[in-house]
Amino acid sequence: MNDASVYTLRPGWRLQWEQAQERHVLLYPEGMVQLNASAGAVLELLDGERDVGAVIAALRERFPEGEGLEDDVREFLAEALAQGWIREREAP
Amino acid sequence: MSAPQPTHRDLSAGAPLWLLAELTYRCPLQCPYCSNPLDFAAHRNELTTAEWVETMRQARAMGAVQLGFSGGEPLVRDDLETLVAEARQLGFYTNLITSALGLDEARITALRDAGLDHIQISLQAGDAEVAAAVAGSPKAHARKLAMARAVKAAGYPMVLNVVLHRHNIDDLDAIIALCDDLGADAVELANCQMYGWAQLNRAGLLPSRAQLEAAEATTARWRERLAARGRDMRLLFVVPDYYAERPKACMGGWGAIFMTVAPDGAVLPCHSARELPMTFPNVRDQSLAAIWYDSDAFNRFRGEAWMPRPCRDCDERHQDYGGCRCQAYLLTGDPAATDPVCALSPQHALIEDAREEAERAGRGGGELVMRNRRESQVFCRE
Ligand code: SF4
Ligand code: SF4
Repeated sequence: MNDASVYTLRPGWRLQWEQAQERHVLLYPEGMVQLNASAGAVLELLDGERDVGAVIAALRERFPEGEGLEDDVREFLAEALAQGWIREREAP
Repeated sequence: MSAPQPTHRDLSAGAPLWLLAELTYRCPLQCPYCSNPLDFAAHRNELTTAEWVETMRQARAMGAVQLGFSGGEPLVRDDLETLVAEARQLGFYTNLITSALGLDEARITALRDAGLDHIQISLQAGDAEVAAAVAGSPKAHARKLAMARAVKAAGYPMVLNVVLHRHNIDDLDAIIALCDDLGADAVELANCQMYGWAQLNRAGLLPSRAQLEAAEATTARWRERLAARGRDMRLLFVVPDYYAERPKACMGGWGAIFMTVAPDGAVLPCHSARELPMTFPNVRDQSLAAIWYDSDAFNRFRGEAWMPRPCRDCDERHQDYGGCRCQAYLLTGDPAATDPVCALSPQHALIEDAREEAERAGRGGGELVMRNRRESQVFCRE
């Protein structure tokens, strides 16, 4: 994964804030992943435009004190990719 | 006066996450394993559009987020598009669970515009002949394939569902090949569970152990093959309860995360529960919240106080909650019994007998009663 890669949610999957659960959830056919706060914050930024570098920059702005944020984000995205939650955007 | 019963609020704070909206019991097919109640023909008084909208609104307010439209065949309802649009507006993730009969390109587009998230199509077999025999309709198979392709082309994630039983399980290789060819993203290979019409037809449906093992091997081979090709098609193989050593955690626990609203508004903890000797509350009489949190029906098998031995003292009771209440009732006559699927159940011999029967029966098995209105009338108690 390099910082110029652009990821999007898997087609047909949806990220949503659930007030009743006070967290983001990732919805997919007949199922749901309940996300912790940092996973929600990262996935929320995958708008199909921002690349990994821009996602990290946006989070850095939001959490200026966050230690090891860059590595955490890359690690999480690699995991999300392995789980099949996200996909690399095909070249336009 | 007796002491007040502990309610779900005391037992656990869980809200429902899943609403299964069984819009109708009407269906053009006649699958002999249908999970609809045997006496479905007695329940004709379907909820109106407005009543469904209100039901969905209440469920969403309680926290439900996954919504399945099923039946019967939900496409029979011509207000399906309206209901999908309302559901999406409310914030549900909307799943349509269909045989694909009643679907055409125009409807796929209309459903897409309404915001439908996912369409799950059921297939009966890998080839038209077996499919026709299973579903009781000669033309359905070709129609399903055409619609599966159209659904995929419309950009939906494609999940195919195939109910496996003694008449089609030996053709699993061809079934998976077909799903691959259709471009499925995931395939549920769901061995027929013995409720409703399936229980009635058990002798003709339950596969032998050898059939089941061959099917598991076929699935494993396909997983390797797909992985080698880099093809992302998930195969979910659901073992029939009758060949498991432990029961499944049915519905994640009684009244824990799931509720079904039947076509006439009855609210059930699972889609088979109507077979139990209990009365279930109706959305026409009470709010969903009152039903979910406070009704006798939903509290009856929550927690552990209801559990008999051996479940009561068993370390695994938090994993499987004593198994399925419908199965316990259908096999033992007591809805509060330990699910006989469990090897620790004193009535486990009932399962062993059924397995033996499956060994003896020829490939043909017994005669199958098709699920249709005429047969259903026989079971109506009016
Ligand atoms: S299982 Fe078959 S008969 Fe029953 S509702 Fe589904 S398609 Fe219709
Ligand atoms: S005895 Fe009851 S709780 Fe224990 S494994 Fe069997 S069904 Fe589950």
